Amino acid sequence: MIQAIAFYLFATVTIASAALTISSRNPVHSVLWLILAFFNAAGLMVLAGAEFIAMLLIIVYVGAVAVLFLFVVMMLDIDVAEMRAGFVRYLPLGLALAVALLAEIVIGIGAYGAGGIELAARTAPAAQPVPNIQALGNLLYTRYLFIFEVAGLVLLVAMIGAIVLTYRKRGGVRPQSIPRQNARRPEDATRNVNQPIGVGVEL
Amino acid sequence: MTEFFNTTLGLPYGWSWFLATIAGILLIALPLMLTVAMIIYADRKIWAAMALRRGPNVVGPFGLLQSFADGLKVFLQETIIPSAANRGLFLLAPIITFTVALIVWAVVPFDAGVVLADINVGLLYVLAASSLGVYGIIIAGWASNSKYPFYSALRAAAQMVSYEVAIGFILISVVLYAGSFNLSQIVMAQKGHIFGVINGFGLNPLFLPMAVMFFISSLAETQRAPFDLTEAESELVAGYQTEYSSMSFALYWLGEYANVILMCVLNATLFWGGWLPPIDWAPLYAVPGIIWLFLKMCLFFFFFSWVKATVPRYRYDQLMRLGWKVFLPVSLFWVFLVSGILMFDRVGVEGAGGRGITTAHAQAPARAGVEL
Repeated sequence: MIQAIAFYLFATVTIASAALTISSRNPVHSVLWLILAFFNAAGLMVLAGAEFIAMLLIIVYVGAVAVLFLFVVMMLDIDVAEMRAGFVRYLPLGLALAVALLAEIVIGIGAYGAGGIELAARTAPAAQPVPNIQALGNLLYTRYLFIFEVAGLVLLVAMIGAIVLTYRKRGGVRPQSIPRQNARRPEDATRNVNQPIGVGVEL
Repeated sequence: MTEFFNTTLGLPYGWSWFLATIAGILLIALPLMLTVAMIIYADRKIWAAMALRRGPNVVGPFGLLQSFADGLKVFLQETIIPSAANRGLFLLAPIITFTVALIVWAVVPFDAGVVLADINVGLLYVLAASSLGVYGIIIAGWASNSKYPFYSALRAAAQMVSYEVAIGFILISVVLYAGSFNLSQIVMAQKGHIFGVINGFGLNPLFLPMAVMFFISSLAETQRAPFDLTEAESELVAGYQTEYSSMSFALYWLGEYANVILMCVLNATLFWGGWLPPIDWAPLYAVPGIIWLFLKMCLFFFFFSWVKATVPRYRYDQLMRLGWKVFLPVSLFWVFLVSGILMFDRVGVEGAGGRGITTAHAQAPARAGVEL
């Protein structure tokens, strides 16, 4: 009973906020609706028994990615009228994407006829119920170890690539050397003099 | 408590579960609000003592009722919404901060079995909820439609995201050693940890640096001094709260202190044995666990105040450097170090022998191979 109510609540809010994400005029509002959609999707995952994935969704997407996203969108000065002007130009691409997504929905409905998802049973390879994290760990670090490590390597390469692409040596900057700052003592910069009255200080 | 409603009062199970949960929430939230009020008073008294002043001493005996007088004052004030502000988001932001500060308490264990939600992913839940805290600030800064709150919001966002990374790695090393994400089990894993005498990971040389780093990171995460650049009054007026008044300001105030108390409790729970007495000695267990937790919380809160009273504010680039160039590499290295030591100690060099997780690891490939 409570599960059904929770499911319909999360599902409705997810869809509604996803629709508002693409329809709201203010880009900052869009991002905030997107965050609400993430949040409710995490709720749906908890209901499906994948609590680990749900927490990761919130930590990674809501806690980090969306914050940076919001950060960028707030700093951008977006002219809505100018964006509208590009509408016709991008229409074919948008239509192609829409067709692809529709096809996925059709396939998804076809898969629904094959029976329930039973996510808990799939993530947990063992017969007895083990905690989600343990089940995922057992799979990732044994059977899928190679793929898992390759995925990590791809991410590392992507990270290094991003740094290489954006890093450039700028001239004329004076970077701070923290060890030098820490090593500097008062004696290096100041000096105590017992100055007689009426005589200038020698610099 | 569910059993009490179910058997003693004869209610159906669904209803008794519902009532028990509501009662549990109230039992946590109401004392928490009282603690926040008293801890604000304690905070001001500690700063005053360190500055050789008297601190609040007018309202009530020793000024004990000062926080309640302040609360009444802000309650009676007018709520001012700037005309250029984004009305809905402006009012939503303090609510988010306050709510997020409260929801984390659901997984905090106060004693053996005394916890509202004893979930397997407890520590991840703490991370997730604390990562939400930044939204209250960033939305406030943007919705105020004013320069200084906006700067403050950007600073807060960068600061919290940076330190969350370090906190995440520190927590992972604790989780590795305790073998669970469940906070109650993490506390139980600390029982008699050091020579079977002292409870807590904190004095273990392997974890002492982690405990110190976690304490500093929790200062940064709650935006307390010396990392309070988001409300640096010499630069940003009052930071993201500049445009707030009355109860919306009070919600920030309460949420901030609720977060500080939470961080104190987490420090105590993760590294210093949580509800367990400091020494694993039977007579000490006669004192209820919640009192030990409360004492440890007070001790950490004293450290928080002490730091605020004595340490000058960091520069922003120093703050970022500390987060990314010091804490992140060190905590990442520590994850490797702890897992290496565990591999050596519990699993054994050849992957066999030892105790605990060995069997699960040894059996896993065979089982996965058969079933999939």
